[in-house]
Amino acid sequence: MQSLRRSLEIQGRVLWALMLREVITRFGRHNLGALWLVAEPMIFTLGVAGVWTAAGLRHGAGIPMVAFAITGYSSVLMWRNSVSHCSHAIHHNISLLFHRNVKSIDVLLTRIGLEVAGATGSFAVLTVFFASIEWITLPVDPLQVIGGWLMLSWFATGLALTVGSASAFSPVVERIWHPTAYLLFPLSGAAYMSDWLPLPLRSALLWLPMVHAVEFIREGYFGPVVHFHYDMAYMAICNSVLTLSGLALVRLADARIEAE
Amino acid sequence: MIEIQNLSKTYRTRLGERTVLDRVNLRLERGRNVGILGCNGAGKSTLIRMLSGAERPTSGRIIRNMSVSWPLAFGGAFHTHLTGLDNLKFVCRVYGVDYKPLVSYVEEFSELGVYFREPVSHYSHGMLSRLAFALSMAIEFDCFLIDEAMVVGDVRFHERCHVELFQKRRDRAFILVSHDASVIKLYCERACVLHQGRLHEFETVDEAYAFYDEQMVPVPIEV
Repeated sequence: MQSLRRSLEIQGRVLWALMLREVITRFGRHNLGALWLVAEPMIFTLGVAGVWTAAGLRHGAGIPMVAFAITGYSSVLMWRNSVSHCSHAIHHNISLLFHRNVKSIDVLLTRIGLEVAGATGSFAVLTVFFASIEWITLPVDPLQVIGGWLMLSWFATGLALTVGSASAFSPVVERIWHPTAYLLFPLSGAAYMSDWLPLPLRSALLWLPMVHAVEFIREGYFGPVVHFHYDMAYMAICNSVLTLSGLALVRLADARIEAE
Repeated sequence: MIEIQNLSKTYRTRLGERTVLDRVNLRLERGRNVGILGCNGAGKSTLIRMLSGAERPTSGRIIRNMSVSWPLAFGGAFHTHLTGLDNLKFVCRVYGVDYKPLVSYVEEFSELGVYFREPVSHYSHGMLSRLAFALSMAIEFDCFLIDEAMVVGDVRFHERCHVELFQKRRDRAFILVSHDASVIKLYCERACVLHQGRLHEFETVDEAYAFYDEQMVPVPIEV
């Protein structure tokens, strides 16, 4: 017990040190500094919300387009940014491993933590802002939204650990990830509700774990305006598999690390 | 105590696997020191990387019962956007040490002046190595890892490093790797020779030196 506590203490210390370092090296100290972590995804989400609104998209569910875009696009940013920032992260931080307590998993967890925090901050700030000017209403069931958001964070963590450590084996992984992420965006549940889709397509897309979280979050946000389709147990299984494979791959990647 | 047990390291190359360290054993007690002699490519730096934990052994293990430093004066972990002070704060956070009492020491020793609070990207080579050395001295360790090739600087800098490390921290253990027998002879109480992946231990530095000298007969390099 004693040594476990000590290990956790060290790990916490290392993660905090890496996080502060990452924030300064990525955003610098000028203008907004660390606030860019939240501002960047906010700009993305606002842009998408604006484009969707301007394009006059109608979805007929009586949901304001802005709320639809915020719940959808924030979700995409969460998993997409976590993974993107983790690919080649070990390689970029290899010299930090000369410090005994810094491990490659710390490097990955740091980047995941920052991306999850950024996406969460952006989601929260946008929701509160648009609710305060009464363009949208606050969530019907905040707890369900938070629950779905946590599931999505877990998914992002597992996926980022897997892709991030796999990218240490071959540059092909990153090359494939970019088009995959691009193609996954329209399929990920951000831009549609499962209920609008014809059945064969809907069941096919429900193989994607993140669709379940987006549906769950939207049900919590808007209430039962349409029939939402999700199976959180299925998503939990997918998340577990991703997390375990990620951890295993990090271990394998460690054995191959060649420091400078 | 640090103990290296049957440590081997192989690297993948395009021409198949290459064994750099082959069943290496070494034991170092608290407060003692050892020099490791080896010519270029003998695996000295690889051994240092294993000891610091940057790389994993292919087989065998390293038991550490004392705190081990990062390679002395290693500046590779500096990020160009960070200032000298940021880098001090970073290593202090990693090792759980309060940075405030150390600021004046590092500032003084590194002789960076106003540049201490400027990004590292504006530093000269000499400034970088002074900062790197000062940071190594800011955190206290039981055992220092020293790759002689990494500690570069002018004569005065070397003298100051000498005072800080070998006089003020005489009670600490260290492992020093070098291709230069005279350096080992100057600082170490015993020596080993790393040759073709094997580590040969000797009672005295002189015996090690004699063996090393024998092996130094130029042989065609295998590619």
